[in-house]
Amino acid sequence: MLKIKELKCSIGDKEILRGINLDVKPGEVHAIMGRNGSGKSTLANVITGKETAQITNGSIIYNNEDLNEKTPEERSLRGIFLSFQYPVAIPGVNITYFLKEAVNAKRRYLGKDELDAATFLRQIKEKLKLVDLDSSFIKRAINDGFSGGEKKRNEILQLLMLEPNLAILDETDSGLDIDALNTIAHGITTAKSPERSFIIITHYPRLLNYVKPDKVHILLKGRIVKSGGPELAQILEEKGYGWV
Amino acid sequence: MEQSQNILEKRIEQDYQYGFITDIEQEKLPPGLNAEVIRYISQKKNEPEWLLEWRLNSYNVWQKMSEPTWANIKYPTIDFQEIIYYAAPKKKKELKSLDEVDPQLLETYNKLGIPLEEQKMLSGVAVDAVFDSVSVTTTFKKELSSHGIIFCSFSEAVQSHPELIRKYLGSVVPHTDNFFAALNSAVFSDGSFVYIPKGVRCPMELSTYFRINAANTGQFERTLIIADEGSQVSYLEGCTAPMRDENQLHAAVVELVAHRDAQIKYSTVQNWYPGDENGRGGIYNFVTKRGICLEENSKISWTQVETGSAITWKYPSVILKGNGSTGEFYSVAMTNNYQQADTGTKMIHLGKNTSSTIISKGISAGKSQNTYRGEVKIMKNAEYSRNYSQCDSLLIGSECGAHTFPFIDVRNPTAHMEHEATTSNIDEDQIFYCNQRGISEENAVSLIVNGFCKDIFAKLPMEFAVEANKLMEVSLEGSVG
Repeated sequence: MLKIKELKCSIGDKEILRGINLDVKPGEVHAIMGRNGSGKSTLANVITGKETAQITNGSIIYNNEDLNEKTPEERSLRGIFLSFQYPVAIPGVNITYFLKEAVNAKRRYLGKDELDAATFLRQIKEKLKLVDLDSSFIKRAINDGFSGGEKKRNEILQLLMLEPNLAILDETDSGLDIDALNTIAHGITTAKSPERSFIIITHYPRLLNYVKPDKVHILLKGRIVKSGGPELAQILEEKGYGWV
Repeated sequence: MEQSQNILEKRIEQDYQYGFITDIEQEKLPPGLNAEVIRYISQKKNEPEWLLEWRLNSYNVWQKMSEPTWANIKYPTIDFQEIIYYAAPKKKKELKSLDEVDPQLLETYNKLGIPLEEQKMLSGVAVDAVFDSVSVTTTFKKELSSHGIIFCSFSEAVQSHPELIRKYLGSVVPHTDNFFAALNSAVFSDGSFVYIPKGVRCPMELSTYFRINAANTGQFERTLIIADEGSQVSYLEGCTAPMRDENQLHAAVVELVAHRDAQIKYSTVQNWYPGDENGRGGIYNFVTKRGICLEENSKISWTQVETGSAITWKYPSVILKGNGSTGEFYSVAMTNNYQQADTGTKMIHLGKNTSSTIISKGISAGKSQNTYRGEVKIMKNAEYSRNYSQCDSLLIGSECGAHTFPFIDVRNPTAHMEHEATTSNIDEDQIFYCNQRGISEENAVSLIVNGFCKDIFAKLPMEFAVEANKLMEVSLEGSVG
């Protein structure tokens, strides 16, 4: 599904990613682990097309298409989803209305009929239960006045509604208490399927105890220095990043 | 916006082309203003002597005044002797079907969600027998008159109800009030007149749409709305379709009078030609709008969505004279390219237990300048009065400006005042968040702007609210980047 080859990426003058190679097949869960400043979020940003992340070398091929020329919105419509590390607030914009726009944008792209309000509401209420959010949630403005846990659960809610093919979770587990972590993990596990791939970006192994990765990669100073199976996460937990 | 402005301009030029013909019988005075011009206007309208006197007094007062310069706007000097002060109503050239109308013009109409029949009316297509503007107007008028409601042009009212005009004209905006009001009082062309009798709730929203015939009333419009004891009326002014006028200066005066227990709701959606993308041309909309809550428990609400005009200069205000009366001002003012707006309100609390609410949303884009100017005055005897003011500015891009000048003058210690203000811009991160969910840049800006204006749109009569939403989208096209 996703093939990253020799990817170098800069933000302004600073080179952040220094030659990344990554191969994600449909249905796989990959974990990207690394310290702060290793380039984890930049990787998420460059795949989703954030303007500040400039590709200076290499390529990102998604389902045989070069992503470089595609706008963030085009990438999203093709099935790429990012659960943001710091979801931004958009006051005044109702979350239900927003999600309905997003869901219908995708349906239009796929040539499907748009969902009417009633059907959409039914679907969103089901998913709300899955992420343990109250039904009063649908009246709120996006991320406006949300607690940290609510923001992350809202991201997973959107994931469940948008049904992406590639879901990138950028530090979705940071700042969560045990219950919230459980809920998030449950949501992610529900979303697992042979057609869906996950890239879980984190620096704690915690979430990976709940959602077992197929492959774990360690990112250090813009390069993947080690790749392995799920046991790599365990070793990191015991030995710390210094070991790498 | 460049692309959109070009389209707008082309459409308007086309509209202009289709809209007017030269008619040898058409009367037009040469430009210039003097007492003779005023006499001519008054005589043409067959006005009574006292009204001519009123006009002439206004003219004399105007001559001694000087144009105000305190507003936060810049414009080339207006030569008042270059303006034509009288033109007989022009006949619009009639087209046979919408196929004859410029497709780009129709495209805007479609984007604005304007119903097909209205599109025909706007573009000068002859309306068919099934939906005939004349017959609709007739049915309309029948129902209104069965309630004793008077809704006609100001000129008609001078003929049919002179006593009402004489009683109320200038009672809210005296001819001495300000430079442009004085000018308007001397040369006003036409406008709306509404009278709602005691205890009557007007059964439909009154729209200028249905009053207007082919007359060109735009330039110095004069409107007077009177709600007698216990009555209610909702009045809609303007439309979302881009309107062009060969006259650049629009100096209207609107007066509202609410008697005991009466309510007047006045809503405006304004999209006058804003000028081209370089700021050339465009309408100057210098308006004096004021309402008086004359007696107890009366209420006046102003709601406006302003997206057009090169310059918007207006402060719809309420004088809260009656005890327990309420004034409200809800506004969205949007400026793009080189537009300028200096708008806001004045709430003057005279009576006891009076309350006022001001919610103003300014959106600036392009190189525009958007100013909110508000005055809340609580006078000595206005015991236990309350005011809530909220003015929010949203900036799109980095070349525009938002300014706020709130004035609060409290002369009674029992007053309760609240004031909030925010300034924000549309964040790149917010746009990216929307993009990442499959929402395009333009839709994202639209979403955010609509979220910003939501509270105000909720105050508009429904049909206007839907149009206003679409109008914001059209006006914002190309503003991001």
